[in-house]
This record gives sequence, structure tokens and C-alpha cells, in this order.
Amino acid sequence: MEKWPNNKAWFLVIPVFVIVAFSAFIPLMTVINYSLQDILAPGQSVFVGTEWYKEILSDYRLHEALWRQFLFSGLVLLIEMPLGILIALAMPKRGWGVPASLVTIALPLLIPWNTIGTIWIIFTRPDIGLFGFGMNNLLGIPFDHTASSLDAWITVMLMEVWHWTPLVALLAYAGLRAIPEAYYQAARIDGASAWSTFFYIQLPKMRGVLTIAFLLRFMDSFLIYAEPFVLTGGGPGNSTTFLSIYLVKIALLQFDLGPGAAFSLIYFVIVLSFSFIFYQALLRVGKGETV
Amino acid sequence: MKVKKKTIGLVVYFILLMLPIYWMLNMSLRSNADILAFFTLYPKNITFANYIKIFTDSSWYMGYVNSIIYVALNTVISLSVALPAAYAFSRYQFVGDKQLFFWLLTNRMAPVAVFALPFFQLYSTIGLLDTHIAVALSHCLFNVPLAVWILEGFMSGVPREIDETAFIDGYSLPRFFITIFIPMIRAGVGVTAFFCFMFSWVELLLARTLTVTNAKPISAIMTRTISATGLDYGLLAAAGMLTIVPGALVIWFVRNHMAKGFALGRV
Repeated sequence: MEKWPNNKAWFLVIPVFVIVAFSAFIPLMTVINYSLQDILAPGQSVFVGTEWYKEILSDYRLHEALWRQFLFSGLVLLIEMPLGILIALAMPKRGWGVPASLVTIALPLLIPWNTIGTIWIIFTRPDIGLFGFGMNNLLGIPFDHTASSLDAWITVMLMEVWHWTPLVALLAYAGLRAIPEAYYQAARIDGASAWSTFFYIQLPKMRGVLTIAFLLRFMDSFLIYAEPFVLTGGGPGNSTTFLSIYLVKIALLQFDLGPGAAFSLIYFVIVLSFSFIFYQALLRVGKGETV
Repeated sequence: MKVKKKTIGLVVYFILLMLPIYWMLNMSLRSNADILAFFTLYPKNITFANYIKIFTDSSWYMGYVNSIIYVALNTVISLSVALPAAYAFSRYQFVGDKQLFFWLLTNRMAPVAVFALPFFQLYSTIGLLDTHIAVALSHCLFNVPLAVWILEGFMSGVPREIDETAFIDGYSLPRFFITIFIPMIRAGVGVTAFFCFMFSWVELLLARTLTVTNAKPISAIMTRTISATGLDYGLLAAAGMLTIVPGALVIWFVRNHMAKGFALGRV
């Protein structure tokens, strides 16, 4: 169905355009401006060209944070996507169980991010936390996320999986519910196994929602800030200093406006290009599989 | 048998999901001295002192009021600008429509940390620093694009013949939109409001950066539990428990719409 060509539709879009442009253009211009200057004092600045970009790109702490970030986002997608699909498959399709499980699953998503960090501090501390105490005293495995980098990573991963797998599960569940009953009937008549029903009907039909889930999870895990900041503060050492944490450290705490701004723009470009690549790739993969 | 195994798995998952929250509830009902003195799976001497402190101290409870004010403001602003725009995207072809749509979505991908500093300067220049509207406006950066995206999906699900019929019957666009179209997609509006609420409610960095005292959100106030004597875990846990309540209420209200809304395939 063709859309009606009508340039007057712009009038309907103007409010959105104005409000987002106000929040996007002006700050973006400010950031670009900062990234090209050295601000010595308010009102006193020197044009430095690409100096800050060179400095930031050769900063080894940034490289470390970047690899850490890739490892983190990769693990997040690897764990959360299959787990979310599994949960969605196990969820009831009718009856009182539907609202009950939806409400239970959605709960972690509605908790403010720093409360998430707080919950996991309380849960994993070796002295007072159920998890930390259990590991140390019942299983005899020394566990302290404030002292060991590995333990800090495990804690942050557990928190992340706990927090965001519900989003994948909800989206996958929505995709499953949208499959007409006739498809399953056809599969039963053909004597299809549960596996082939999954691979030839459910998975292709969930392609759209899973694309959204994948992109959202990639973007949000790549931008993660509040939860690890509250939980570990980026430590011990720098072992859980992800990109956002490092950026805030430079821009807001040390107030290095120039390098902070250059960092911001590089960060933005990385997220944007990866999301674009993933989006294109997923669209292509999906087209080959469509039933 | 297979169904049974599935259900058991799901129940185990739900228990694991609730365990950390239960643990915080456990802590919130104990005094700090009690927490540090011994380990227990359930509170033995239940005390509501932590909650009472939050409800009687205005510097605590105003945090909740502030958060709710800017979240509500943001949801209203996002919905009222996104509704007409989503209609335009779903019904009309106009110069630059695809580019504009993609540009909107890129804002959803912008690292919030990038915007914290320029926002601080922007809002202090126009004198809106430490107001609810500043936080609400700054959250529009990611909520408006999301709202347009979700609403466009719902609107495209409504056949265009309905619009055409209404226009032939002599309805003007605004009247048709408000009296016929919005009621038709009310599930979508509900889902969109849910997501706007959610992302504004959980965000911390911008809300903290743009406020000093008058509009400080509860999530920023929670850092105050660190005092000279160390961290007051009981108080922190109680404050944390209370931040879960509004979210839980919202989920409860939209629970039936949520299944339907999700089923339409957009977020």
C-alpha cells in the first residue's frame, strides 16, 4: 500500500523535530566545538585541531576500556539472547499464568539502574550478602567483588543477565504470540518435531523482534554506566571500567573538556556504525530464512 | 512430562529472579547494627525504622516526589509530540521522511554520558538547571524517538481505509485523530507510556547531573546513606525497595495491555 505523498505532513513532525533537535543538535555542536579547542579558562580557548583526537586515540586506558566493553557486550549477547528465547518458550500461553509471569519478568526492568547496583552490592557482599556469604562459607569458594577482578566481572555479568534477560524474553514472547495457531496445526499434521517447529516456524517468525532485542541489548550494554558504577565503581583497579565510566571520569570528574568531547564523538561513532552493521546483517540473514 | 520440565525450569528462573529483591527486602527490615552483627536468611527482629525515617524526613521523601514529577512530565511531553509525528510517518510520504526517522533513532543510540556535560551547560545557560522540566526535557532525547518508533508500528497496523472513510464522512484530521484514531490504538498508547515511564524512571546520570537540590531524584539521594560510620545498609535497602514500588504499580496496570502490545511486534 502506497503512502499518501504530502509534504504538509512536516507540520505534524515539527514538534518532535524541535524537541529532539534542541536536545541533540545544541549539545552535539557543543561537543564538537570542545573537541577542537583547548579551554584554558572560561572565555579563553585555543583552536587545537585534531590534537585531542590523537591524544584520545593513543590513550592505552581507552583501548583497554574499549576491549573490555567489546568483551562485555559480546558475552551479554551470547548469554542473554538464547536464555531469553528459552524463557519465552517456557512461558505459559494462556490462563492466569500469563499476566503472572509477565509481571514477574518485567519487574527488574522497572527498577532504577542505581538501585540495581545497590541490590547486587547487598546480595553479593561476602559478609552480609546471600550470594557472597553462600560462596564463601557454604561452598568454600573465596568470593569478593571488591578485591578480585574476576569476581567483579562475574558479579557484573550476573547483574547484567539478571537485569536485562527479561527484556529479550518479553520481546521473544511477543514474537511467539504473534504466530497464528494455523502454523502449529500445519506442523503437527506434517509430524514435525519440536526442534524443526522451532527452527522452521518459531525462529524465523521471531526474526523481527529478535532483531530489535539484539540491537537494543547491544546498544544498551555498550552504553552501560550506572549499574557497574554503583556496584564496583569501575574497580578493583580498572577491571570493570567500561567506556561510559571512563568517559564520565574524564569529562565530568577531571573536567578535561577537550579530550572528553573527542572521546564522546568517537564513542558515538563506534556505537552508530556497529548498530548499523548489525542491522544490515540481521536484515540480510533474515531474508534468506523467511518461510 | 515435557510440559512439566518447562514449568519447573520457569519456576526456578522466577525464584532466581526474585532472590536478590527478597534479599534487599530482608535487609530493609533490619537495623544496620543487626545486619552487621549476624547473618540470617530472614529478619528475626523486624523493624520498620528505616522506612519510617524515609517517610518522615522531607529530604528523603521529596526525592520520590521529584522523580515522579519529572517522569510524569516526560511521559506527557513525549506522547503529545510523538502521536502526530508517528501518524505522519505511518500515513504520509514527505521530503526527508526516511532520513528524519533514522536520525531520530540515532538519538536513541547516543551514549548518555556524552550528553551529560553539554546538557549541564545548556540548561544552566537558559536558567533551567535544577528544575523538573529540565530533566523531563533531557529525557526526551531518548524517549521521543522511542515513542515515535513504537507508535508508528501500532498506527501502521490500522488499515488506511478507516482514515479515508472518515475523511469522506467529513471528519477533519484533528477530529478524526482524537475521537476515532487514538481510541483505536489505545493499547499502543499504553505500551508507549509504559516505556517512556520506564526509561525516564530508571535513568540516573542525566537526572543527577541536571539537579542540585530542588529537583533531585531519589536515585541520587540514595548515595547519602554513606556516612561517617560507613554505609547504612538498612536505610539503603529500604530506599531501594521504595524505588521498586512505582514500577511494580505501573506493570500491574498495563499487564493485560502489555501482552497485547508486545504481540504487535514493536518493542
